[in-house]
Amino acid sequence: MDLHNFIFGVYPYIATTVFLLGSLIRFDHEQYTWKSDSSQFLSKSYMRFASNFFHVGVLGLFGGHLVGLLTPHAVFQVLGVSDMTHQWVAIVAGGIFGSMCFIGAAVLWLRRLFNSRVRAASRWMDINILGWLALTAAVGLSTIPVSIGHASADDPQAMIVLAEWVQSILYLHPSPDLMRSVNGIYRLHVFLGMSVFLFFPFTRLVHVWSAPFGYLGRAYQIVRSKRSAAR
Amino acid sequence: MKIRAQFALVFNLDKCIGCHTCSVTCKNVWTNRKGVEYAWFNNVESKPGIGYPKRWEDQDVWNGGWIKSNGKLELKSGGRLSKLVNIFANPDMPQVDDYYEPFTYDYAHLQNAPLSEAAPTARPRSMIDGSRMEKISWGPNWEDDLAGEFAKRSVDKNFDNIQKQMYAEFENTFHMYLPRICNHCLNPACVAACPSGSIYKREEDGIVLVDQDKCRGWRMCISSCPYKKVFYNWESGKAEKCIGCYPRVESGMPTVCSESCVGRIRYNGIMLYDADKIEAMASMDDVQDLYQAQLDIFLDPKDPEVIAQARRDGIPEDWIVAAQKSPIYKMAIDWKIAFPMHPEYRTLPMVWYVPPLSPVQTQIDQGNLPTGPDGAIPLAETMRLPVKYLANLLTAGKEAPIVSALNRLIAMRSYQRSVHVEGRADTQALDAAGISEDQAKEMYRYLAIANYEDRFVIPTGHAEVRLENFYAYQGQNGFTFGNDSSAGISPSSLFPERRKDTVESLEFAPSADKE
Repeated sequence: MDLHNFIFGVYPYIATTVFLLGSLIRFDHEQYTWKSDSSQFLSKSYMRFASNFFHVGVLGLFGGHLVGLLTPHAVFQVLGVSDMTHQWVAIVAGGIFGSMCFIGAAVLWLRRLFNSRVRAASRWMDINILGWLALTAAVGLSTIPVSIGHASADDPQAMIVLAEWVQSILYLHPSPDLMRSVNGIYRLHVFLGMSVFLFFPFTRLVHVWSAPFGYLGRAYQIVRSKRSAAR
Repeated sequence: MKIRAQFALVFNLDKCIGCHTCSVTCKNVWTNRKGVEYAWFNNVESKPGIGYPKRWEDQDVWNGGWIKSNGKLELKSGGRLSKLVNIFANPDMPQVDDYYEPFTYDYAHLQNAPLSEAAPTARPRSMIDGSRMEKISWGPNWEDDLAGEFAKRSVDKNFDNIQKQMYAEFENTFHMYLPRICNHCLNPACVAACPSGSIYKREEDGIVLVDQDKCRGWRMCISSCPYKKVFYNWESGKAEKCIGCYPRVESGMPTVCSESCVGRIRYNGIMLYDADKIEAMASMDDVQDLYQAQLDIFLDPKDPEVIAQARRDGIPEDWIVAAQKSPIYKMAIDWKIAFPMHPEYRTLPMVWYVPPLSPVQTQIDQGNLPTGPDGAIPLAETMRLPVKYLANLLTAGKEAPIVSALNRLIAMRSYQRSVHVEGRADTQALDAAGISEDQAKEMYRYLAIANYEDRFVIPTGHAEVRLENFYAYQGQNGFTFGNDSSAGISPSSLFPERRKDTVESLEFAPSADKE
């Protein structure tokens, strides 16, 4: 097995397994470390702008990748979304959310490095993961000119191949050879992105799992009883 | 009617001398850890002043507490959806500097410095990042005893609707201490604002706690508490707050701050209240009605109907007895001399305050104060501390209950003065204030003598009726965070552990006998 087959045939499964199992183990064993680890209290500077930009951007990117890559090609065709429409939507939405994510992440990363308070409260992994996300977003953004090249030439092939590869992984039928045909910049971006999932359980990113949507339907007041339910 | 018991406190401000023993004992027990150096679950403020954190009472700045909007009770900072929209960067979040940047001094330098002409000094250092602090410009009690200029401390929200400029003059200045802890509210805004549902009120005694394992650090509680008594631990990323010293209270002991109070100003006791009334009572149209509304929530523990319902609702027998002997009930309801702080926040706070009289002797001697019928004790309205100021602090600006309480305190003094100084009981002042001789004697016993057993009427917790197998819990639960005491942690754990390193120098001084 060469490195290519390992990265695009085996690594996705390692990353996914570590992501899911690691999250579960940490949730089960280390609840006290399960948190957003906000540094807003130490320094509010740039937080409103950068944190909102970053979070909206990264969540938009996550949703976009999820829908764009995991929806079977046939479904798009049934819905009447042509490949070129799909591609242009991906380029525009990816460009907007990608820029938001990158700008936000870069500012937050600089803040984390050079604001002495935030730096003092940072762990090695806090700095690392933020930098990694910024890098992933930056490489993701630099795929856009290539994608525009494809789209302008009415060539949706690269996009379809990428989606097929992701779905081949999902269907437990990995086809790493699909990735040989796409531009190297996509391969780099995919590797960086997969690694985010590998690092996920060991970072503050675990707070994503706890997005508090339940709050919307909850009564305001909470009273806990020690009385056993039997009584 | 659904009866719950609430652990409550009264602080008698008339006797607070601002010694900070409560703050220091509390800090040494609960917040002497990395990440909460700046946090004082108990602090004592000099009033007038902007307090800790700065301007905490001004909800136009912090958006804490509740408001009534469109006839409904709603968090002032916005409802559930707005909490989620603002979760990436809480717009109302205080920064550590709003409290103060915690600092220590280079004490080791005093012992380790080489021989020099000038004496070595211990210079300040930030306890957050360890950097040198050239000048300390704010602290947890920076305004102590009216330190600083009037212009700054007069930003105090309690000066609203007061012509405050005259109090800038030295002759007219006034001063009181305000010790503050978490109010363990009946309608807590911190609980309501917590997106992850980690803050909760205990059913058995009403103490409000943060589940450290469930807290995700969304930090909405920090800004939503109008008293700013939920703190962000910047090391652990979790919210922490006064825990009402529940391990002590469950054992029948007073809180550390109450136990250690040298002025004996703190009272701990039980109140029974009707939990079904909370929302209606917190929703009064006029904020000045909230004090009375809160009085109406409380139930008379001697009423047979209340006792019967309390038993049905599972309140233990000794808790009912404790409620009947509660010093809180006496002061809040029987005597009406204690008040909730800032009822206008609509949280129904459960730490109540007896308003202070002012130091008066010199003023009386100089004939500056009109006195009451005994010719010795001044009239409440003429005292140095403006009634309006106290009313803004304790009754959302309604002066009548404050004047009545001050008159009762004065009458009690006047009566005791006649007994002890004149040698004959003069009840004129009591009659004017509408209290009986027996009540005055009892008030004297509780307020002036303040015996331990009168101040603290705390029934023990009844874990045995609430746990399926109470033997299984015996000796099992220590005080710890996360997995600190578990065997499952190795130094190389990939999951972040709590850091305990500090900025202080660990160099020891050379021992004296070494040459």
